[in-house]
Amino acid sequence: MTTTLTPPPVDVSRELYGARLPTWGPRAVITAAVAAAAAAYAVGVNLLQAALLAWVICMVLPLWSAAVEGRRKATDRLVTTLVSSAFVLAMFPLFSILWTVISKGTKVLSAEFFTNSMRNVVGEGGGIYHALVGTLLITGAAAVISIPIGIFAAIYLVEYAEGNRLSRWIRFLVDVMTGIPSIVAGLFAYALFVLFFGEGVRMGIGGSVALSVLMIPILVRSTEEMLKLVPNELREASYALGVPKWRTVSKIVLPTSLAGIVTGVTLSIARVIGETAPLLIIVGTTDSVNFNLFDGRMASLPVFAFASQRNPGIPPEFSIDRAWGAALVLLIIVMLLNLIARLVSYFFSPKGER
Amino acid sequence: MTSTQAPAPGRAPIRRPGDRIFSGVSLGAGLLILAILAGVAIFLTVQGIPGITASPDEVKSGKSFLPYVWPLVYGTLIAATVAMLIAVPVAIGVALFISHYAPRRLGQTLGYLIDLLAAVPSVVYGLWGIGFLAPHLVPFYAWLDEHLGFLPFFGPASATGRTILTASIVLAVMILPIMTAICREIFLQTPRLHEEAALALGATRWEMARLAIFPYARSGIVSAAMLGLGRALGETLAVAMVLSVGVGTVTANLIGSDNPSTIAANIALGFAEATGKSVNALIASGLVLFVITFLVNFAARSIVDRRKEFSGAN
Repeated sequence: MTTTLTPPPVDVSRELYGARLPTWGPRAVITAAVAAAAAAYAVGVNLLQAALLAWVICMVLPLWSAAVEGRRKATDRLVTTLVSSAFVLAMFPLFSILWTVISKGTKVLSAEFFTNSMRNVVGEGGGIYHALVGTLLITGAAAVISIPIGIFAAIYLVEYAEGNRLSRWIRFLVDVMTGIPSIVAGLFAYALFVLFFGEGVRMGIGGSVALSVLMIPILVRSTEEMLKLVPNELREASYALGVPKWRTVSKIVLPTSLAGIVTGVTLSIARVIGETAPLLIIVGTTDSVNFNLFDGRMASLPVFAFASQRNPGIPPEFSIDRAWGAALVLLIIVMLLNLIARLVSYFFSPKGER
Repeated sequence: MTSTQAPAPGRAPIRRPGDRIFSGVSLGAGLLILAILAGVAIFLTVQGIPGITASPDEVKSGKSFLPYVWPLVYGTLIAATVAMLIAVPVAIGVALFISHYAPRRLGQTLGYLIDLLAAVPSVVYGLWGIGFLAPHLVPFYAWLDEHLGFLPFFGPASATGRTILTASIVLAVMILPIMTAICREIFLQTPRLHEEAALALGATRWEMARLAIFPYARSGIVSAAMLGLGRALGETLAVAMVLSVGVGTVTANLIGSDNPSTIAANIALGFAEATGKSVNALIASGLVLFVITFLVNFAARSIVDRRKEFSGAN
C-alpha cells in the first residue's frame, strides 16, 4: 500500500514576509494624533502643548511596530516619524512669522501710514513715507552700481576666462564673499567714506556701496549659471556668420539668457532690500524725508522698524505698532519681488529650460 | 593678467576696438570684485588698528582691546554653537524628508516653502523673536531652571525670555534654509544604483539612508554646516534685538537675564553713539568677525569645491 504524502498547506506569505502593520496603521495613528490635538486645543490647551501631544501620539507608531514587526522595521518607522516632524517643525516658524507680522502689522496700515513721514510726530500717527523713499533710493542706487559689475564679471568668467587660474580664484572668492556678514559690509563702507568726508559720516550712497558688496556676489553667481545654460551652438553659429565676439555676447548670449538674468537681479534685490545692519552703520535714520543720497542721514524701512522697536518713546505702543507695520510692508515687498522673479523665470524662459 | 596666445603666422585675428573694449570691461569687472574683497580687508585694518592700540582711557568701554573683545567673541561663538546644535539635525531631517521621504512631485514645492524662510528680512526675525518667541519661551525656561537647574547651562531663568537660547533659536531658523538647500542638493545626487542596491539587499529606508546616502554626502553635510555657521556668526539684527546684554558678561548660563553680547550685535547697538577711538575699536572688532567668518567660509567652500560634481552651493 502506498501512502501518498500530501504536504501540509503552507502560508507562503507568512514565510516570505514577516508580520506587518496593517496598511491603514500609520494613517490611523496620524488621524488620531491630529484629532486629539484638535480636541485638546478646543478644550483650551495652548497650541504648543497640543502640537506636543500630537507628536507624542505619533510616537505610538514605532512602539506598535516594534511589538509586531521587530526592531529593524521599528527603527525605520521611528526615523520616518522624526524626519517628517523635522519638516513640520521647520514650517512652524514660517507660519508663525507670517501670522504674527500680518496680525500685528495690518492694524496701522492706512493711507496716512504711506503718505506721512515721522517729522514732528509724537505718539500716535505718522507714517513710513520717508523710510519708503529712502529704501527705494538706496536699494535702487545699489542696483545701479551692482548690476553692471555683476553681469560683466559673469561675462568675463563664462565668455573670456576659459577656465584660467584668475577666473578660478574669482569664482572661489565670489563664493566666499557671499558669506561676508552684512555688518562688515557696513563697516567697510564707513571706513571708506570716512577717508573722504571725515568722522561721523552718514550718507545714503554709503549704504548703496555697502549693499553692493552684498549684492554683487549673488548677481555674479546667478548670472554665471544662466550664461552657462546658453547652448554653445548659438555662439558658434554667430561666429560662423562672421559676427565679432562682443556682438555675439551682447546680441545672442545676453538676450537668450535675459529671463534668467532678470530673475537673478530681482532675487538679489529682494535679498538686500531687507538688510538692516549696514544701513544702521553708514546711513543712520531720520524722521524727515530726504531725497538726496549724497546729503546726510536717510530713513529706510528696516532701520525704521528696528529703531521704532528699540527706542519707542513714551507711550511705547504707537511706535511698536509702526514697527510691525513697517515690517509687514517690508515683508510684502520682499515676497512680491520673489514672486516676480519666479513668474519672470516661468513665463519668459526659453522653452525646454523651465 | 591677460595671456594673449601668439596667433598662427599669416592668420592674425582681427582685433576690433569693440572686442577690445568689451573684453577689457569684463576683465575689469572681474578684477574689481577682487579689489572690493581686498578693500574690505584693507580698510577695516587701516581703521581698526587705532582701535586695537588705543589705551583703555581713550575708549568708552574703559578696557584695552583684548579684554574688550573677548566676551564678545565668546558670546558670538556660544550663540552660533547652540544655533548649530539645533539647526544641523533639523536641516538634515528636512533635507532627507524633501529628497527621499516626501512624494516626488511635492518635493520641489516643499523646498520652495523652506526657501521662503531665507527671504524673510532679519529685522522681521528680530521683531518676531522679541514680540512672539521670547514671551512664549518664558514658561519653558522656568521649567528648565526648576528641573535641570543643576546643569550650568540652565541657571536662574530670565523673566523676559530675551536670552542666548532664544537668540540661538532665531539664528537656527535663519540658517536652516541654506543648510537644507545644500543638503537636499547632495542627497538628490546620491547615485541611484547605490540606493537600489541597498534596498535590493533588504535594507529598510533608513538603513538605505545610512548605507548609501550619508557616506556619499558626508563632506557636503560638513560644508553645509560650516556655511550655516558662517551665517550664524555674522548675523546682526536678530541677535541685537532679541538679546538683553550685560557688560562684558561671560557666563555658561543660556537662559539668564545677563547675557554676553555678540560682536555684530555690539557694533550695531554701539555704533550710533560711538565717537573717536571707540569707533575704531568697534571697527577692529568687526575685523575680528570678518577674519573668523572668512576662514569658516573659505574652509567650507574649499570642501564644496573639492567635490567637482557639485556646484550649486547657493
